[in-house]
Amino acid sequence: MVARTPPEATAHNKARREPRTQQVESTLAKAHRSEWALVVAATVRATGDLDLAEECVQEAYAGALTAWARDGVPANPAAWLMTAARRRAVDAIRRERTLRAKLPLLVEPAEPEPVEQAVLDRTHDEGAHLLEATEGSLMQEVADDRLRLVFLCCHPALAPEGQVALTLRLVCGVTTRDIARAFLVPEATMAARITRAKKKIAGSRIPFRMPSDAELPDRLDSTLTTVYVAFTAGHTAPNGTDLVRSDLVESAIRLGRALHELLPDEPEVGGLLALMLVTEARRNARVSEAGRLLTLGEQDRSRWNRDLIAESDVLIRESLRRARGHPGRFVLQASIAALYSEPERLADSDWPQILYLYDRLLDVWPSPIVALNRLVPLSYVAGPALALAHLNEVARDPRLDTYPYLPAVKADLLSRLNRHEDAAEQYRLARRLTGNRVEQEFLDDRIARL
Amino acid sequence: MAQYAVLIYAADSAHAPDATEAELETCNDHADDLVASDAMLAAYALTPREMATSLRAGSVTDGPFIDAKEIVAGFYVIEAAHLDEAIAIAKTNPVLREGGGVEVRPVHSGGAVREPRSVTDGRADPA
Repeated sequence: MVARTPPEATAHNKARREPRTQQVESTLAKAHRSEWALVVAATVRATGDLDLAEECVQEAYAGALTAWARDGVPANPAAWLMTAARRRAVDAIRRERTLRAKLPLLVEPAEPEPVEQAVLDRTHDEGAHLLEATEGSLMQEVADDRLRLVFLCCHPALAPEGQVALTLRLVCGVTTRDIARAFLVPEATMAARITRAKKKIAGSRIPFRMPSDAELPDRLDSTLTTVYVAFTAGHTAPNGTDLVRSDLVESAIRLGRALHELLPDEPEVGGLLALMLVTEARRNARVSEAGRLLTLGEQDRSRWNRDLIAESDVLIRESLRRARGHPGRFVLQASIAALYSEPERLADSDWPQILYLYDRLLDVWPSPIVALNRLVPLSYVAGPALALAHLNEVARDPRLDTYPYLPAVKADLLSRLNRHEDAAEQYRLARRLTGNRVEQEFLDDRIARL
Repeated sequence: MAQYAVLIYAADSAHAPDATEAELETCNDHADDLVASDAMLAAYALTPREMATSLRAGSVTDGPFIDAKEIVAGFYVIEAAHLDEAIAIAKTNPVLREGGGVEVRPVHSGGAVREPRSVTDGRADPA
């Protein structure tokens, strides 16, 4: 089959003969950010093969650069890209079939013919329709495909690090090199993780489908955790100017927004989005001019993004209402973060309410890190001495053995009890455990201030 | 459709050579359910860990190959359209409510080769 220019681009050509390259590039960059997942999802539906789909989508984006510069930017870039990617997919499937026909001895028992033919037919029909229907049921179907793609990449049968890598690559369109840099591993390691995840999807037949109602809670949990891991990897940036990491944060928030749009009734989806927004709202204030990490109490609260905080407040109220008295992990974490953001000064925080929320959080998510963080509000409600006694209990969990925040919290409690020598020792221990330069400088500063 | 093997992991197998029907009731009921749902292709219950013998180059030892809290107590092969369907079927295994678990493995190839020479009362004849 001869590749053709999608009809929309040709029609548009008449209206606008000389588009500026700059406009093409910026439209394409925007389409890459916002439509990548849709285009991949629609192409996966056509190919049933992740590698082939990814290849076709990359080619479609590359082809768009020349085609749009020549013919003008189409009115619906996403539809153009989907059509172009699917055409390439159809071509590839055809080629493969021809190959099989020529080499009959190598052919494995084929899938029943009608299935394959139906896929090809549907691809053609949908391709044609896509250009006409920009809204309505078909766009809904494509949006659902994007959700299927997210659930596929975040399938709990995949290793957690594979889920994150695959989601960033296929859903967010982040390059393998950038994902590797964000997670501080060699690119080859990250590429191998992605390949391994794709192999498991194909080899164990993880389906491209929406989870059933019965499966949804578990599947949603694994999906939201994956998005949050991507967000956190971007958020714990060694310094405020690292573009790769801020790209990860933006990708995770964008995905959170998309999930919230597609699953508006799920309280945990709103909770995750709220948690990411309220965390992101403080990003600019987390590090001082000199690049030093600031505690919540030291941050210049006027530098917090109040719009994001307001947006997250609405989401939290909505999610709490939908949770009907049984808020999950993300809604609770967002509520806690929001309470910390409310007053003018940290000292004026509503500590009893924060402590209550931590108790609830510990019920639904019994993690040693939550138990440790809970000691901070406890120390303001019941005093640092009691919190220190609890800390020694919490510290028995071997999972916290190398966790730098454990000695850091202990040091804070000790210094508030005027045990400065012991506090300094704990800060030094924390310093040895963290690999993050900004955090090390922060701890040095703490020791100096004792 | 694809085939998946479901490996049952438990502290031990309930299928001792002299196990009574009552002791095997939970397992048998579940097997009956899977047969009735038309999902199961083959099933094997294995005897307890004390019956196991492990071989390595140059050695024969008593007990399971890997010394762990759980052993493979049995396995069966089901047919499912995809992994989600296989997981949904495997999740109904009663061992999940008894502190054990199952492992789902896509089957590459294989199957029964021939009928055993003699079968008594649904059990392989020891004679």
